[in-house]
Amino acid sequence: MQGAIEPTSDTAAVAEAHHEEHHDFRVIGLITFLCSEFLMFAGFFVIFLVYRSAAAEWPPEETEIELLLPAINTIILVASSFVIHYGDTAVKQNNVKGLRKWYAITAAMGAIFLAGQIYEYMNLGYGLTTNLFSNCFYLLTGFHGLHVFIGLLLILGVLWRSRREGHYGAEKHTGVEMAEIYWHFVDVVWIVLFSIIYLLTLV
Amino acid sequence: MAQANITGEMIGNSFPHPDKWKWYHYFTFNVDHKVIGIQYLVSAFFFYLVGGAMALVMRAELATPSSDLVDPNFYNALLTNHGTIMIFLWIVPGAIGGFGNYLVPLMIGARDMAFPKLNALAFWITVPAGLLIVGSFFFGGAQSGWTSYPPLSLITANTAQSMWILAIVCAGTSSILGALNFIITIWKMRVPSMGWNDMPLFCWAILATSLLALFSTPVLAAGLVLLLFDINFGTSFFRPENGGDVVMYQHLFWFYSHPAVYLMILPIFGIMSEVIPVHARKPIFGYKAIAYSSLTICIIGLFVWVHHMFTSGTPPWMRMFFTVSTLIVAVPTGVKIFSWVATLWGGKIRYTSAMLFAIGLLAMFVFGGLSGVTLGTAPVDIHVHDTYYVVAHFHYVLFGGSVFGIYAGLYHWFPKITGRMLNEPLGKVHFILTFIGTNLTFLPMHELGLKGMPRRVAMYDPQFQYINIICTIGAFVLGLSILPFLINAIWSWSNGPKASGNPWNAKTLEWTTDSPPIIENWDVLPVMTEGPYAYGEEPAEVSS
Ligand code: HEM
Ligand SMILES: [Cu+2]
Repeated sequence: MQGAIEPTSDTAAVAEAHHEEHHDFRVIGLITFLCSEFLMFAGFFVIFLVYRSAAAEWPPEETEIELLLPAINTIILVASSFVIHYGDTAVKQNNVKGLRKWYAITAAMGAIFLAGQIYEYMNLGYGLTTNLFSNCFYLLTGFHGLHVFIGLLLILGVLWRSRREGHYGAEKHTGVEMAEIYWHFVDVVWIVLFSIIYLLTLV
Repeated sequence: MAQANITGEMIGNSFPHPDKWKWYHYFTFNVDHKVIGIQYLVSAFFFYLVGGAMALVMRAELATPSSDLVDPNFYNALLTNHGTIMIFLWIVPGAIGGFGNYLVPLMIGARDMAFPKLNALAFWITVPAGLLIVGSFFFGGAQSGWTSYPPLSLITANTAQSMWILAIVCAGTSSILGALNFIITIWKMRVPSMGWNDMPLFCWAILATSLLALFSTPVLAAGLVLLLFDINFGTSFFRPENGGDVVMYQHLFWFYSHPAVYLMILPIFGIMSEVIPVHARKPIFGYKAIAYSSLTICIIGLFVWVHHMFTSGTPPWMRMFFTVSTLIVAVPTGVKIFSWVATLWGGKIRYTSAMLFAIGLLAMFVFGGLSGVTLGTAPVDIHVHDTYYVVAHFHYVLFGGSVFGIYAGLYHWFPKITGRMLNEPLGKVHFILTFIGTNLTFLPMHELGLKGMPRRVAMYDPQFQYINIICTIGAFVLGLSILPFLINAIWSWSNGPKASGNPWNAKTLEWTTDSPPIIENWDVLPVMTEGPYAYGEEPAEVSS
């Protein structure tokens, strides 16, 4: 026989055996995916920085940005990253009630962040198409906002599922963990985004 | 070898043994990696025919210097979508999605990919991509080339151009999802007896490809989103009149699309590294050199993109830097070529159709690589950029390389995939026609380019007609060459002689199961007792 295996065939054991080695790779899968997503944001950041370096005045007159509200928003989002971690810790101790509490708070903070963002858009006095800066500004923040929204949906999904007795527990919390990782990702992207769009204007 | 008869129901899968699969099982959201591989291969081949038909219309138009067969705008639409289809709907999904999905789990001794559902999703996302491309013709078709440079892409056929962008975003998403699946499958799901350096070289190639796709595709997506906004929502990212920058688009595009040429050739290199040792009956020469040169290509390949932009007002230091990096990236490619030649050297070569395509590939790819090196040298490129010389270059590497490689792979693995042997004499006719057709079509284009004929035009100076006619004849020979293959494949799939589990006497794991493989691939997972290329050697301990 040419093959490299020695099949010791035992039909009865086969069907059984097939499922012994299935692992759950969802968490590393998500992390790999987020690496890729991050590069998309990196593309946007580079575009922003290149346009900034080429412009005479950035942001140009009449499209100044305001700093207070986004700063508050940043604090909320960064804090929510800690809050969500409490939820994850809780479920690992089989405390589903704690999970629900902390995830609900995180969801509320995420919603406040989005509301703040929309409020900011409505009060800026210029729109997407005003000039190159506003193009970049709305695209980047909007795209990030979309990710916050998706993260929010994930968290709500976890909350919804956690209503079922025994759906999550000390041994079974991949979904919880994935929502948390995604939320951290959204947070990290925001920190970079806040730094280059808002903080750099102070320099 | 004894194989247990496992039915789908026994393992909680609703599909029966592959022998009993009906055609409609291939049109469902099936999560079996083998079904998905076949779905990719067949749909990609379909698009190959569509894109090929477009090319024949273009070549017919170019038989005369004037624009007399089709409307020039339609010519532009054909040209744009020919390139797009061949790259995004044929070579990438065929080579990576098709062979990758079918073979990787089988080669590493896994029952499926790490994320079967995601895998099926990734395939089905390519369907809207195809529909969008085809549908865009009702709106005039995108007309700004597969590169879609602004400002042209901002001012022609806006609806069709937007559909084109969405199509590429779908195809890109599919390849990102596929890539992450491959990375985790190869990383985590090898049979325990298989160390990294016992892995078939095809898997190394797919791993390298996937890393590249994962890191470069999102950047293209970023660029295309901006383009979409410029076309539809009044932004000015690439509109110079409002402070935007067209060269920015080129950077974003080529940051992805240079690596994309490796997406199209690395899996082919993987196929070569499997086909050549099997049919030369010799261990592969330089296993580690081949494996690691793929990774080297990946890394250096991320830093050469500006060689497509030497004439885009690029400053001298950039020209210098990217000339040098381009010449460096040719080195790991050369390493592979020499390894294959050394593998052939002194082998007991069987001139099967698969092997003929592999050897044909070697000859043509070297040619294309050499013209690539001349193009990578800025002083030369400035003269021949955007002429037929570039067209000649990339068809030597893409047709003579990628397409020949896919053919080699199809002849090699057809018995495994379908359980039937292909007809060898027809295969040889196919090879000879393809080889003649390719050289007849693309060799004269070098001369056209050096004499200054620009690419992407429906009309040209009458002095070029003689050479153009040769190219057109070659193209129709290529068109004809498809027939023996199609007849062979369709006929053999149902009537060919039955294939044994291992008709080529190969040593990689996919040949240790039935042809076609049973559900979940093996009844008992295989154990590696010898290396994947241990031809003509006594079985020895496998190092890891
Ligand atoms: C030895 C390695 C290679 C080198 C040094 C090289 C170099 C180049 C250069 C410098 C150009 C730009 C020419 C111009 O636009 O003026 C080019 C174009 C191109 N190359 Fe290569 N190349 C190599 C291999 C490949 C491979 C393996 C592929 C694909 C399988 C490929 C596909 C293409 C394509 C599609 C274009 C044309 C892009 C367009 O539409 O403008 N090349 N190559
Ligand atoms: Cu390139």
